[in-house]
Amino acid sequence: MLSKVFATIAVAITGSILLYGVSDFPAFGDPHSPANAGVPGSESVSLYFIEESYKDTKVPNLVTSVLADYRGYDTMFETVVIFAAGMAIFAILRVVGNKEEEVSREPVENSFTNGDHSRIIVGTTVRIVVPVIQLFALYVVAHGHHSPGGGFQGGVILGASFIIIALAENLNAALRRLSEQNYVRLAVVGIFIYALFGVMAQVLGRNFLDYGVLAPLLFTDGPEMARSHSMLGVEVGVAFTVTAIMFAIYANLSSRGQLEKGL
Amino acid sequence: MVDQIPALLVLAPLFGALLVALIGHRDHRVCFPIALASLSVTLIGAIAAAQHVFTNGPMDYFVGGWEKPLGIGIHLRIDALNALLLIAIATVAVLVSFFSIRRIGEKNAEKTHYFYILFLLLCLGLFGITIAGDAFNLFVLVEVSSLTSYGLIAMGSSRRGTYAAFNYLLMGTVGASFYLLGVGYLYLTTGSLNMQEIHAILGTNPEIAESKAVTIAFIFILVGIWIKMAFFPLYGWLPNAYSYCPSSTACFLAPLMTKVSVYVMIRVMISVFGLEWVFVSLGWSNLIVVLAVIAILAGSVLALAQREIKKMLCYLIVAEVGYMVGGAWLADEELWGLTGSLYHILADAAMTLCLFLAAGIFVKSFGARDINDLDGMFKKAPWVMAAFAIGALSMIGVPPTCGFFSKFYLIRGGIDAGHWEFVAALLISSLVNAVLFFRIFEIAFFGNKPAEGHDHGHDDHEAEEITIVRNEAPPAWSGLFPLLTSAVIIVLIGIFNGPIVALIRTFFEELPTVTLLHSTLTLLP
Amino acid sequence: MAEFIHENIEPYFNYWVYVIIMMIGLWALIAKNNLIKKLIGLSIFQTAIILFYVSMGVKEGATIPILDHHGHEIAASEHRLFPEEGDHDSGHAKPAPDHGKSGSPDSHDEPGGDHGHAEAHHSNPDLIANPLPHVLMLTAIVVGVATLGVALAISQMIFKEFGTLEENEIMEEIKSSASDG
Repeated sequence: MLSKVFATIAVAITGSILLYGVSDFPAFGDPHSPANAGVPGSESVSLYFIEESYKDTKVPNLVTSVLADYRGYDTMFETVVIFAAGMAIFAILRVVGNKEEEVSREPVENSFTNGDHSRIIVGTTVRIVVPVIQLFALYVVAHGHHSPGGGFQGGVILGASFIIIALAENLNAALRRLSEQNYVRLAVVGIFIYALFGVMAQVLGRNFLDYGVLAPLLFTDGPEMARSHSMLGVEVGVAFTVTAIMFAIYANLSSRGQLEKGL
Repeated sequence: MVDQIPALLVLAPLFGALLVALIGHRDHRVCFPIALASLSVTLIGAIAAAQHVFTNGPMDYFVGGWEKPLGIGIHLRIDALNALLLIAIATVAVLVSFFSIRRIGEKNAEKTHYFYILFLLLCLGLFGITIAGDAFNLFVLVEVSSLTSYGLIAMGSSRRGTYAAFNYLLMGTVGASFYLLGVGYLYLTTGSLNMQEIHAILGTNPEIAESKAVTIAFIFILVGIWIKMAFFPLYGWLPNAYSYCPSSTACFLAPLMTKVSVYVMIRVMISVFGLEWVFVSLGWSNLIVVLAVIAILAGSVLALAQREIKKMLCYLIVAEVGYMVGGAWLADEELWGLTGSLYHILADAAMTLCLFLAAGIFVKSFGARDINDLDGMFKKAPWVMAAFAIGALSMIGVPPTCGFFSKFYLIRGGIDAGHWEFVAALLISSLVNAVLFFRIFEIAFFGNKPAEGHDHGHDDHEAEEITIVRNEAPPAWSGLFPLLTSAVIIVLIGIFNGPIVALIRTFFEELPTVTLLHSTLTLLP
Repeated sequence: MAEFIHENIEPYFNYWVYVIIMMIGLWALIAKNNLIKKLIGLSIFQTAIILFYVSMGVKEGATIPILDHHGHEIAASEHRLFPEEGDHDSGHAKPAPDHGKSGSPDSHDEPGGDHGHAEAHHSNPDLIANPLPHVLMLTAIVVGVATLGVALAISQMIFKEFGTLEENEIMEEIKSSASDG
């Protein structure tokens, strides 16, 4: 009861402060608000992206170019956040060896695991659907330059394709396709690919993540296309890490860190 | 080469963590050398960066080469404000990595490599926070450091630690979200995320600087950071999280997490909003100094009530955060309060490291969690106790330790600003610290009074934690080395307080607004 | 009352909604007893911030921040799911003066070759949504997912060790074990 009173007071104070500020905002949808068009006397970042980023990077999807190039440093650490979350979950949950006296974890007898007919339907559907999901995931990763998509979205879809296998059959079936060792490796390799693009630019004498200088390495004729190609490269790296960690989080949570039967 | 240091500071721990993740699970003995190597690189980098900053001025690093217009890319910046903090982080990280050699792997040997991965990623996060020149990038790195610290706290075997980690996660995420919300309000009103650019826009457009949205942005950023640094009414997560987690985790988190948050607060005050806006337009300095006074007194009183060493130290951290927040908000003419606050970040990092290392060794080698367990410790472990004494004397504020000088500068600022309640709170807190630590010295030197006996009645011991064998082994070198080094550092920071403060104050020369505001700004006497 | 709503709420509808959603999340976060419900509150709280950021980048009548292959915005109707829904009012309300949209998006030139062409015609930035908040929120979403994952792992650990996820029962358990020890 006390916590409810406290919560109400906290919510009332915070909410009224926030609403008090709202009246000061530029109108919703105003294309000339400071956020959208900058303030007089300074160059607007957002307008720069809209007007110049295609010339700089040759990537039609502005979100991708801002995400992977201009704010690529953020995105790298976003990937590190995912990686750190995965590692934290392993550190918390992962049980090596079967030390604890766990209650018998026989799979629950129900129509999904037992009844042959249901199993056939679910299993066959998953078998048909998974390749399509994975193909679509690769499309989303690779087509991030031209349509909504990119490493995170594609990685999540790819991770989901493994999770659906674990749901339809069991966790071991999914782990046979992507084992624990391999998903850790995949996650590490993903960040490594990302960082490599940055470090290569440093090796060639520019700042971290300055993709433009990578043109000779990527066999492109100008810094713009080098940026475009490098963005694809880092998106692939992001997709690796996200795929691995999404599946790893599911695997660890669903089996309480034992990586055995799962749900 | 020197100009690549900002990237190096975050890349070295990142590659270390990746390498440990890749090969650490096969042989846990490779983890420590990898961690030490990458942290040593960052330490060398931090020293080189500091040397460069103090001879050639601030270093600006534009990731991806996106320099103009300011704010399209990510801007990293090392200047006089954070150069010394970088060295402090790297030093603490290296020392704690020594301490962690044997400690981790005692209960959960198979998780050793996870500890090192999270530890290195946490270092990465702290370095990234410190050098960030972009308000949103700071949020991302705050999350890197927070997520890893939740993991580090929860991976200990005590169940109270797990629950404390959960609470920490809730509070920490709310804090980070408030910060993010504040940054959103700033972006809404200024259209930029770069700290310098926001500062310039607020400086040249008074109608924006006076808008309600900017004030609310400041409130939410400030409250968010306060949650992260455990400022008094928002400190609830800290004592349990730091006292029930593994010792090496506590030794790293306690000296650094709150201090880096204090740094972020000062950075936001100076580099985003500007001191003129914060002190003159907003004019809340009196209110916040009073809050800081309450924090100092409450932290001291709560520490006095604890019987457990680590818990007591945790409440002392709450009091110390009050020192730094209060000092930063004193708004005295010559900014001695802010100077003292920045100096105290370094001093407190060293003191907290020393005390937590000593507390860790007491638990590890003697099974001593409680003040009463320190019975005769001067005889059993003279070196450990000597280092503990130096840390304690510094907490009390005895010259020539750094604690005395930070109090000296803070009190000078308090007197200049006319905040006598702050001066009084500092003196009372010293007094309480003296009572606390001399009680410990008495027990450790003369032994326990029989009446107090082994009074474990109201302890918070967990059943599984008590099983630590009281083997009374002599402390290993891996514990003693960082402990004695930290004690030496305490004295060194104290003796060289003049040059350190002079270096800190070079930063105020670079501030145009401050020289405008305080025309009497003078450097060291 | 109606006047108040018209003046203060209608132009800022999204901002009011985000505050309300956020407060629902914050209330659940503080007041709920079950740890999983707290986490749901936390997620609502974070999602509200995403709504706030995305609302900042909205431009009335603008299209998605994806250009065609000449560096111009794609005509609104090509990317709308429901083109008949009066987008000619919004999409062409403020037509760009030199819109240069005659070349259909299908005519792929060599990407490197049409540099000068792209520079010759400027597209109207008012018709392209602000990409920056989207980028920032992509990051924030990922951070939120990561936090939620760690939080679930910790709560699973709590359930293993305490046998419950109710906060008051955990507190009692801690108290009783403390007095035993």
